[in-house]
Amino acid sequence: MKSLEELMAIKAKAEKAMLAREEGDGKRIVVGMATCGIAAGARPVLNRFVEEVAKRNLKDVTVTQTGCIGMCQYEPIVEVFEEGKEKVTYIKMTPDKVARVVADHIVNGNPVVEYTVASLDK
Amino acid sequence: MYRSHVLVCGGTGCTSSNSAAIIEALEKEIEAKGLKDEVKVIKTGCFGLCALGPIMVVYPEGSFYSEVKVENVPEIVEEHLLKGRIVKHLLYDETAQTEDIKSINDTNFYKKQKRVALRNCGVINPEDIDEYIAMDGYQALAKALTEMTPEQVIEVVKESGLRGRGGGGFPTGLKWSFTAKNSANQKYVVCNADEGDPGAFMDRSVLEGDPHCIVEAMTICGYATGATEGYIYVRAEYPIAVHRLEIAIKQAREYGLLGKDIFGSGFDFDLHIRLGAGAFVCGEETALMTSIEGNRGEPRPRPPYPAVKGLFAKPTTENNVETFANIPQIILKGASYFNSMGTEKSKGTKVFALGGKIRNTGLVEIPMGTTLREIIEDIGGGIPNGKKFKAAQTGGPSGGCIPASLIDTEIDYDNLTAIGCMMGSGGLIVMDEDNCMVDIAKFFLDFTVDESCGKCTPCRIGTKRMMEILEKITSGKGTLEDIDELESLASYIKDNSLCGLGQTAPNPVLATLRFFRDEYIAHVVDKKCPAGVCKALLSIVIDPDKCKGCTLCARKCPVGAISGTVKNPHVIDQTKCIKCGVCMDNCKFKAISKK
Repeated sequence: MKSLEELMAIKAKAEKAMLAREEGDGKRIVVGMATCGIAAGARPVLNRFVEEVAKRNLKDVTVTQTGCIGMCQYEPIVEVFEEGKEKVTYIKMTPDKVARVVADHIVNGNPVVEYTVASLDK
Repeated sequence: MYRSHVLVCGGTGCTSSNSAAIIEALEKEIEAKGLKDEVKVIKTGCFGLCALGPIMVVYPEGSFYSEVKVENVPEIVEEHLLKGRIVKHLLYDETAQTEDIKSINDTNFYKKQKRVALRNCGVINPEDIDEYIAMDGYQALAKALTEMTPEQVIEVVKESGLRGRGGGGFPTGLKWSFTAKNSANQKYVVCNADEGDPGAFMDRSVLEGDPHCIVEAMTICGYATGATEGYIYVRAEYPIAVHRLEIAIKQAREYGLLGKDIFGSGFDFDLHIRLGAGAFVCGEETALMTSIEGNRGEPRPRPPYPAVKGLFAKPTTENNVETFANIPQIILKGASYFNSMGTEKSKGTKVFALGGKIRNTGLVEIPMGTTLREIIEDIGGGIPNGKKFKAAQTGGPSGGCIPASLIDTEIDYDNLTAIGCMMGSGGLIVMDEDNCMVDIAKFFLDFTVDESCGKCTPCRIGTKRMMEILEKITSGKGTLEDIDELESLASYIKDNSLCGLGQTAPNPVLATLRFFRDEYIAHVVDKKCPAGVCKALLSIVIDPDKCKGCTLCARKCPVGAISGTVKNPHVIDQTKCIKCGVCMDNCKFKAISKK
């Protein structure tokens, strides 16, 4: 080790790998991972969320899982919780939809309405 | 990238309650469920809540599972890791009381703690240098070497107000400046990890949970004092700590954080480990250095102090593990970060190993100035079985005790000294009404009699004589003169012993005499042990009014001391009774009691 830069490079890399160990206070992305969710393909969705969050170094975002939410026909269901705001429920998620949810909603604060449960009413 | 991290405690406490088998089962189960690429299992250092081990924490939820058994592993993997349903019945009670599960940091045990020395214990994988670096590791070293002069480093340590955590409480910055002042062709840094007080395991936990912080701190100390070599003297009884230190030193060398020209500063430093054979006296600094040199671990007179003539007769700085553990944070965050915590003359935090009659036995780190009441009632969860708090013993065989009347004492170096106690290295043993204080004094004195190295007479023979008097008192043959004799011997030993071991050996006796003299008097005058511990002074009797003559006690008595016929009151033959208490425990009518 000859310089501080070298140390900081290792730190940046290692920090990212430890991201999952933070108990974030900010947004919480919760993926339904009961039998119905898993059968409908929730696992790749969950993993894609983790990757996206890591890629963007989002520190106040927690990706976690939960049990059956109750609307099994719309699985995989993903809900985003934020302090002081109504939760947003995304339905029939696929790994391909994840990047947009992270970019628009998590980073910029605009929920992707067409993926949400609200789109059912239309 | 893993979506979930499972941290399993790999400290000595949890390892002995089988955490290694849990890790193995966990990895197997995760593999079987196809979660290997999603979930990472990490063996960490001590979480502090040793009484409830093995501990397992699952992130990102932060679910705190306690007393995990191998049989629970499939359920945790299936429910929590696969399906995301937290297994509530396995959670640490306090975190699972309400509907929304509390974070472990909000529980009473952790809420009042302030973790500086233990900040990485239970958080990082101690065998992975990258994780230490991710938590700002080695940045303090980089800052010291590239931005600061050795004088500036010493100045910051001085200003922080850090005092030696091994028990003496000597200002660390001042100690470093003494070594720095002396010029020599070779100087040394020594880390004292020969933790010997019964019940103390603070240093072990730091070494097991965060070994790199010691490597970093010793290197900083080397830079500040002009030393290029360091020794860590650690007990061979701490195999996990030794193993992780070895890994840490190897990794630091690979990264060039030990060795030549660290951070391009031209500063060279390297570390060696020396294993102690477990002699208590080797925790005394001069005896420790004699032992590193390859000689029998015996103390030598001071002066000359180690800063002048220490290891291999060269100027040496010796600090305790916990003292070093504070250094990187002080350098990185500045003196004001550290001296904003604590009391006027005792800055920062102190780690205590909580043990004895307390609900949450384990490791706690509190800001100086926290009261004993907060430690025992809030953090420690109080005394189990509804018993009353009697006293807390601090400082191990060199320390004293704090009686219940002083439970609101704010813990710092000076307050403890003022009440005839001492900070010590951090063992805190809680005692309740069932503990006999004479017996406690005898226990600690027995330890020092055993551990006295024998070099000087006051310690070798004096402690033995004191022990004999205590035995006389607890066997009911003591007189009031014996108590006076005990006191005069104690002060003679304190004044005339060569090293700290002898100078402090009488402390437990003096402290108990000071606060619990009436118990000593009860032993010698009334021939009674108020707590019912000293067997020779106690008789177990059956109340004939309550005894129903069920014969159970007579059948349970291992020495056949109880006689009587069915449906008639039984009697204990005091000449045969060994006072084991089996009859008391078995009597369904509460007819048997100690007198």
